[in-house]
Amino acid sequence: MRLDLLLRISSKIFLPFIILFAFYVQFHGDFGPGGGFQAGVIFAAGIILYTIIFGIKKAQKDFPEKIFNYMVPLGVLIFTVTGLISLSKGLNFLDYDALAHYPKHGQHIGIIAIELGVFVTVIGSMVSIFYAFVTRGKK
Amino acid sequence: MNEHAPALVVMLPIIGAVLIMLIRHNNLNWSIALLSGISTIYYSIILYLNARSLGTISYAMGGWEPPVGIEYRIDEFNSLLIALIAIVSFLILIYAKSSLNIELKKNKISTFYSMYLLCLGGLIGILSTGDAFNAFVFLEISSLATYVIISMGNDRRGLLAAYQYLIIGTIGATLYVIGVGLIFIITGSLNLYDISIKLGDIELYRPLLASLAFITVGIALKIALFPLHAWLPNAYAFAPSVGTAFLASTATKVAIYLLIKYLYLVYGFDLVYSNQIFIFVILSLSIIAMFGASMIAIFQSNLKKLFAYSSVAQIGYITLGIGIANYNGLIGSTVHIINHSIIKAAIFLAIGCLVFSSKIVNIDQLAGLGKRMPMVALCITVSSLSLIGVPGTVGFISKWYLVLGSLEQGWWVVVFALAVSSILALIYVGRIIELIWFHAPVVGMDSENKIPFEMLAVTVLMTIATIYFGIDTRLTGDLAKIAVENVLLGEQL
Repeated sequence: MRLDLLLRISSKIFLPFIILFAFYVQFHGDFGPGGGFQAGVIFAAGIILYTIIFGIKKAQKDFPEKIFNYMVPLGVLIFTVTGLISLSKGLNFLDYDALAHYPKHGQHIGIIAIELGVFVTVIGSMVSIFYAFVTRGKK
Repeated sequence: MNEHAPALVVMLPIIGAVLIMLIRHNNLNWSIALLSGISTIYYSIILYLNARSLGTISYAMGGWEPPVGIEYRIDEFNSLLIALIAIVSFLILIYAKSSLNIELKKNKISTFYSMYLLCLGGLIGILSTGDAFNAFVFLEISSLATYVIISMGNDRRGLLAAYQYLIIGTIGATLYVIGVGLIFIITGSLNLYDISIKLGDIELYRPLLASLAFITVGIALKIALFPLHAWLPNAYAFAPSVGTAFLASTATKVAIYLLIKYLYLVYGFDLVYSNQIFIFVILSLSIIAMFGASMIAIFQSNLKKLFAYSSVAQIGYITLGIGIANYNGLIGSTVHIINHSIIKAAIFLAIGCLVFSSKIVNIDQLAGLGKRMPMVALCITVSSLSLIGVPGTVGFISKWYLVLGSLEQGWWVVVFALAVSSILALIYVGRIIELIWFHAPVVGMDSENKIPFEMLAVTVLMTIATIYFGIDTRLTGDLAKIAVENVLLGEQL
């Protein structure tokens, strides 16, 4: 472990920026390139980098696999609940106009909400797949 | 909420799937699945009644009006199939609990229910959507869930079967998207109804034919139309019994609906059937499926595989009706989609009972079943007979319409093929019936679990349905007639 000192230090420096960039892509997805999927992949890439550098044991202690397994359906739930809120206001499924008094704000909130759902699901599935590959045959 | 039924029939199973995955409680997952199943049935029936009384329902997803937004388009044909699939899959869910406890590892059961509901939501989505690309998304949702369902059985060969289907299914979906892309280039629209209007003004030229070919082959891979059926027998044989019953009675039927929709509603009768080669290919492949798959079924020793090959043959009947393409032929197809769904559910549920009680997988283990488990034996016998098309069972009704249709066209060869393939079916079914009733029980096969009441009840109910709808055709035949008259041949008649 001593040999990869450079890698460990530099990845420690990089990690906050990777996560921050993921959030940047997430929250600028509605008026720039990006969105939930890309942001989720970038976020998951941060965790995958952490795992590669510090080892699967430490990674699974810091980011338990269970969390990611629950994130997959949780994101879909966020997406569906957004749609159901529109239904409860008497508009069509996923009509974001229902989410605020002013339709334009509603559209803005709606796209952020469903992109959040996508973000959560993508992180969950990316990291779950990665963990499944890394721990293959060890369970 | 009734005006939102088009969205709800798709969303309710998916919400159920998500909740099951989040809660993962071994006692709750079945109840959640049943709850979302029954509410889906409720809304699907409302949908059908509305489509009957109000005509075609158009639902703008997200408030974006078609053709720009995604439209859910419900007519008398697809709402009928939505109701059928919702009801059949709910009955299988009732049956599922005890069967899964035996066949699956404890920690996999929640995932199975979740995938089951996800697949159901995807299938209903394919049926209800009026958008070419949205149909692709739902095709992928249901297929991905299907791969998981197939791989979950205790037999490790299930993994290979799932992988095989994954490769073939992905190729099919890719071809479909290429076809949709070509249509999009030609018409500039993804809304199926809009496409059908725009295609009316366009002269027939090569890209259009290419898109038709891509879409047909892509969907044919999902249908398992001969010779693209290679994934189906293994997938059905090694999936858990509940999964097999579900897939056999719903998944291929939905893909067939999608094909019918493209041929009749999107490209239109005139464009497709002015093309002699197309009819020839569909007809000959259907007839080869009826013969070839039945021949292979005769030589199978694995019980589930035998009926899987018989499924391939039965799919041949349905596509035959699409090829015959007159009023009676289409009714034959539509009725057989419903009937075959009921028959195969009954058969695979009965086989599930056998697996549950004494781990029967091979045909020779059936010997003397009539004495050991008379009820299940009777169910298998009756539903197998309706596969052949014995009068008084549902199989007879569909074959009757197919024969009528081909006689109207004057295609005696097709009539002959229908008769011969029924004889082939008689051979493989006869072998089973002989073993069940006329052979002595195998020694040492009596270590039996008692079959729970609800499993037997659902199996018997399905079997009774195969007879009931064979005698009283008001529900199946007449609804199919309405669907064909109003939706598919609306302009021709």
